[in-house]
Amino acid sequence: MQKILEIKNLTYQYEEASDIYAVNDVSFEVLRGEWVSIIGRNGSGKSTTARLIDGLMAATSGEIIIDGQTLTAENVWALRQKIGMVFQNPDNQFVGSTVEDDVAFGMENHGVPREEMLTRVQAALERVNMADFKTKEPARLSGGQKQRVAIAGIVALRPDIIILDEATSMLDPKGRLEIIRVVREIKEQYGLTVISITHDLDEASLSDKIIVMKDGKIEQIATPDVLFLNDNLVDIGLDVPFSANVARELRQNGLQIPEKYYTESELADFLWQSLLTK
Amino acid sequence: MDKLIIGRYIPGSSIIHRLDPRSKLLAMFAFVFIIFLANDAMGYGILTVFTFFGVALSRIKLSYFLKGLRPMLGLILFTVIFQMLFTTGGEVLFQIWILKITTYSLENAFYIFMRFVLIIFMSTLLTLTTPPLTLADGIETGLAPLKKIKVPVHEIGLMLSISLRFIPTLMDDTTMIMNAQKSRGMDFGEGNLVQKVKSVIPILIPLFVSSFRRADDLAVAMESRGYQGGEGRSKYRVLKWQRSDTMLLLSLVVVAAILVAWNLLK
Repeated sequence: MQKILEIKNLTYQYEEASDIYAVNDVSFEVLRGEWVSIIGRNGSGKSTTARLIDGLMAATSGEIIIDGQTLTAENVWALRQKIGMVFQNPDNQFVGSTVEDDVAFGMENHGVPREEMLTRVQAALERVNMADFKTKEPARLSGGQKQRVAIAGIVALRPDIIILDEATSMLDPKGRLEIIRVVREIKEQYGLTVISITHDLDEASLSDKIIVMKDGKIEQIATPDVLFLNDNLVDIGLDVPFSANVARELRQNGLQIPEKYYTESELADFLWQSLLTK
Repeated sequence: MDKLIIGRYIPGSSIIHRLDPRSKLLAMFAFVFIIFLANDAMGYGILTVFTFFGVALSRIKLSYFLKGLRPMLGLILFTVIFQMLFTTGGEVLFQIWILKITTYSLENAFYIFMRFVLIIFMSTLLTLTTPPLTLADGIETGLAPLKKIKVPVHEIGLMLSISLRFIPTLMDDTTMIMNAQKSRGMDFGEGNLVQKVKSVIPILIPLFVSSFRRADDLAVAMESRGYQGGEGRSKYRVLKWQRSDTMLLLSLVVVAAILVAWNLLK
């Protein structure tokens, strides 16, 4: 598979004089169509990394290669078109005065003709199930709905990469699941690459690859089923999955369950089978 | 805040609602000047009929307009009473010391009253039938000719629409901060003037800080969606000048012409 994003020895300092690095010698790569989660505790440099990738901040040193091109001050606007970002606070990223204006905002910036905008806005809003709310103002929407509008605004721009910068962290569980579902659908439909910065288990468990960050460095890169075996998940900024908790409790109570990560349905299957074979 | 009618918008689909905001704004300004053309019962009669025709066309209940009048009532009465007591000339009906009520002063007071009511009715009609953001659009496109003298029209328009969009958000913030401070023992609206002013600080400063944070987030979000200023942007929202807009302006010209003609003939 083709590499869409390559990060080489990325370093970032908020103050040049200090020796505190927000991001310290980070390197990883993302393949086209992959879902990558970046996890880590607060202050581990996840959000900074995301902003560096989108060129919102300039790296102190290192290289960012997006779709074969190295990010520089000259091509930042062009490369930014390949990336759509959804931020944490649903209110603060809502630029438009109504839902449709907000979805159109990015396209207006790129000078998309009006006729084209009208069809793309409609299609994007239908994609995220918000077409009925087209003329509503942000004050009348819930947090989850606003994030769906933010996603629609990005879908309309048709980027190659979507970066979710803790996009679900201010939502209730229902809104969170809804957003994850929508993102997964559009990822499948358009063959997008998703980079998701998260503390949320469901989001992390969906990913092909999880990057664990700590103190600005990459601590570990692993697949979810390897990572969820870890005992100190809480330390790296994630909850322990319910199934892993149950499996551990059962082990402690003497049940023979192999040391491997189970999803809820896998664990249920295993338990049924062990009952049958007893 | 719900009681406040000024600046409120009532959704609808009447002819007035569908007018272009530019023509409505222009008509509103023109109307203020036209009002000063009227100087007798006939003139005010024509304008009153014109205003109520507009109100009827908007299909909004008269009670909304009366509510819009309420906050201005004190000012209106004050001016009217002053006019009544201090205007000289005409036949004296009633007099104490230097205060006298004459036929002329009664007439004058009535005209002032009508002037206020008509202007307030018209401006209420404008805000009740035009969503604020459309109004902002109207102002932006209306200012477009000023681009030639280097007025940053796009920036003014963007600022206007972002401020309008953030008003409810900041109102929510304010209520939340107020409640949070109250729950910590803060007492608003108590004590003398100095204490009252001081008690505003614990609302104002957190509100300031949160606005800065919002501004920062918004700027980053805008940049990440490719915002580079007004150059090379297309527009999603397009205002359309219809025949009814031309009709509105024409009707104002007609009203003005009638008033001028009447004044000359008298």
